[in-house]
Amino acid sequence: MELDSRIPEGPLEKKWDSSRFNMKLVNPANRLKYHIIVVGTGLAGSAAAASLAELGYNVTSLCYHESPRRAHSIAAQGGINAPKNYANDGDSIYRLFYDTIKGGDYRSREANVYRLAQVSGSIIDQCVAQGVPFAREYGGLLETRSFGGTQVSRTFFARGQTGQQLLLGAYQSLSRQIGLGAVKFLGRREMLDLVVIDGQARGIVVRNLINGNLESIAGDAVILATGGYSNVFFLSTNARQCNASAIWRAYKRGAFFANPCFTQIHPTCIPVSSEHQSKLTLMSESLRNDGRIWVPKAVGDKRDPNQIPENERDYYLERLYPSFGNLVPRDVASRRAKEMCDKGYGVGATSMAVYLDFRDNIKRHGKPWVAEKYANLFEMYQEITGENAYEAPMRIYPAAHYTMGGLWIDYNMMSTIPGLFVLGEANFSDHGANRLGASALMQGLADGYFIIPYTLSDYLASNKIKAVANSHSAFKDSEQSIASMIKKLLSISGNRAVEEFHKELGDIMCQHCGMARNAEGLKKALELIPALRERFWSSVRIPGSSEDFNQELEKAQQVADFLELGQLIVEDALQREESCGSHFREEFETEDGEAKRDDDRFSHVAAWEFQGHGKSPMLHKEHLSFEYAKPSQRSYK
Amino acid sequence: MHITLNIWRQKDRNSQGGLVTYELSDVTPDMSLLEALDLLNLGLVRTGVDAIAFDNDCREGICGTCCLQINGRPHGPLKGVAACQIYMRSFEDNATIIIEPFRAKAFPIVKDLVIDRSAFDRIIQAGGFISVKTGGAPDGNTLPISKHTLETAFDAAACIGCGACVAACKNASAMLFVAAKVAHLGRLPQGQPERKQRALGMVAQMDSEGFGACSNTYACQYECPKQISVDNIAFLNSEILRAKIF
Repeated sequence: MELDSRIPEGPLEKKWDSSRFNMKLVNPANRLKYHIIVVGTGLAGSAAAASLAELGYNVTSLCYHESPRRAHSIAAQGGINAPKNYANDGDSIYRLFYDTIKGGDYRSREANVYRLAQVSGSIIDQCVAQGVPFAREYGGLLETRSFGGTQVSRTFFARGQTGQQLLLGAYQSLSRQIGLGAVKFLGRREMLDLVVIDGQARGIVVRNLINGNLESIAGDAVILATGGYSNVFFLSTNARQCNASAIWRAYKRGAFFANPCFTQIHPTCIPVSSEHQSKLTLMSESLRNDGRIWVPKAVGDKRDPNQIPENERDYYLERLYPSFGNLVPRDVASRRAKEMCDKGYGVGATSMAVYLDFRDNIKRHGKPWVAEKYANLFEMYQEITGENAYEAPMRIYPAAHYTMGGLWIDYNMMSTIPGLFVLGEANFSDHGANRLGASALMQGLADGYFIIPYTLSDYLASNKIKAVANSHSAFKDSEQSIASMIKKLLSISGNRAVEEFHKELGDIMCQHCGMARNAEGLKKALELIPALRERFWSSVRIPGSSEDFNQELEKAQQVADFLELGQLIVEDALQREESCGSHFREEFETEDGEAKRDDDRFSHVAAWEFQGHGKSPMLHKEHLSFEYAKPSQRSYK
Repeated sequence: MHITLNIWRQKDRNSQGGLVTYELSDVTPDMSLLEALDLLNLGLVRTGVDAIAFDNDCREGICGTCCLQINGRPHGPLKGVAACQIYMRSFEDNATIIIEPFRAKAFPIVKDLVIDRSAFDRIIQAGGFISVKTGGAPDGNTLPISKHTLETAFDAAACIGCGACVAACKNASAMLFVAAKVAHLGRLPQGQPERKQRALGMVAQMDSEGFGACSNTYACQYECPKQISVDNIAFLNSEILRAKIF
């Protein structure tokens, strides 16, 4: 199968306008006849469901939470980018486009990224109209701040809880449509299969988590906005329930999975403190604006950080990258932190942390100045560690945070299965090999509010979609295969809990396919993961029944999928014999220790096609060409 | 550390529930309370006992999913945090900890410590929004908002919808939840056109869901993990009065 990205012709800045004009529309009177299923209620899913219902489509929205407002977008802290140039510092759509392409280390599509930059300004306006309380200057106008990987101030923020406020805005819009009867919302439903009939995505099968019933939902198009898969690492900043099952099962039905090895490790997280640690907590990247990162110059220096004099501190990011300093992109900051710790300069009880110090800004501007910007983050740090970061520097260490990879989509956000659209973190498209801070919220909302309403209508209006009911045999077949998988899981009755397998998988992934990777380690992981999967299927224990609220059974299905996805991630990392962005192969680095791309061999999207269990997936390549942002060695020096 | 846990177990909505005692060793002070429950569940599951069901997700106090009544208090002994942000260092060695679900007629129990708070969603659906369709919004800077107005609205907007206010209230009133949304939107210039319908619609839905009335005990403010102020309830009351008169 040839991958057709359907990028419109014409100059970059005209592509979206011209394609919007060329897209077919659905007559308002006919929209109600189309049933659209939207899975997930984070920024992308809520925004899409609300916007499509406003247009008049018949929408079903569902998620595994009790309420749409619990989606993990809520936890995003720092902000959302838009090139409004309110700061008068030289920002423009083109600069946001350029920064994003460069930040992604030239592994994303120019046309998609340009469109993202184009629509991002409207997102701010839309959210303000919804009542999102973005920070304001004293004069009443919107305030912005700078973020990693950029030199302009284009990040809009709502205290340290921007994701919460943006999600509540989208949730409220969605709630309005639910109240009007335009959206049917189904909570506590987990999608367990995609149903494809005559080559088109025609519905899903979900499990009702309260009573265990399998429910078939038929529709004219399916939109997945189900987030990323960082929890394959077990310890990550993602919420505990975040999982890959929806996209993984769509993959097994024919949707290609693109660039699975592009997984982002966020530099500023609170370090692991106990063996029972269940998740890691992110400290917003915005802290790097005013905090300085350092380690002691001497290996194994265990003094109280306040006792270490200035000349015995190594502000290594400022030393290595004088022009960007502490604001280098995430992949660079993470890798350098790991390197410092690996060399023995790490601090804290585990020596797996570096300092993030606000001392200088507290001295210069006073504690209230710092508190106004970051108080909730300092409080969060204190709750978790029991330490006061106004008095001693924070300790931070990188953690799995975001996945740039995801289901392959074309310019119209459609996967390789006609009628299956993928939005937000669940798709692969805009961030290349590394995402810049404050760009995830931007992408989720751009996809949901401003792109899918156009591209979906084009699909519906240009394709013949026959009537299908959920009594169709394809739904029954799917229900049966899910039921038999559940039955099999429950019947194993071994002696180990699901979580133990998940942890073990996470250890393998972190060790061999984390911040730095090499062929030897990846090959080792390819032996370990199938063996672990085999043990899972022979010795897992899941008490309770399938006709009940059974959280262990939910987890078991998610982990069963992670055990397969983990292998695909490693295979992808192994074949990509270059370093780019977050994918750092130790065999491919420059003399300065930076990622060394191989544009001749790897300027492409690696899209994997499922071939059946026990068979190697087939690799397809979508070539990436750069007409505007010419690839160069990324430099933040 | 060693702790004794008395945990509410209930098979489903219609079954009779009760407290069951569990002993847990190997607890460390830097574990979170939810990690202690994970550890307890690990032991139960390995021996084939049904795991204790409890809702949780972000584990950093922002998603509002966790809803544990710990030693009789919503979200436990600390002020201004959710249950997922309680660490074992807050308890003495050999402590006994009683864990129940949030209790309210409008929050039926699903299983063990899991409850159904969809009543909150229905309240929002009844008016907790600004009616703007996607597209067509004016530039965000066309509407200056003073820092004070913004910050006051934000203090109310910080609500995570967990339901602690209801669980803390002897009347199981949802006034603080409703007031927080009415004040968030009603204090902002964008929210002005729908002030009347919003306050009346949300309060009517609240009443029909079976939440009780407010009798000004301030327990909700005290137990709110985001420390939302009862001043918002005063704002809501003035909104209702205004809506009924004008």
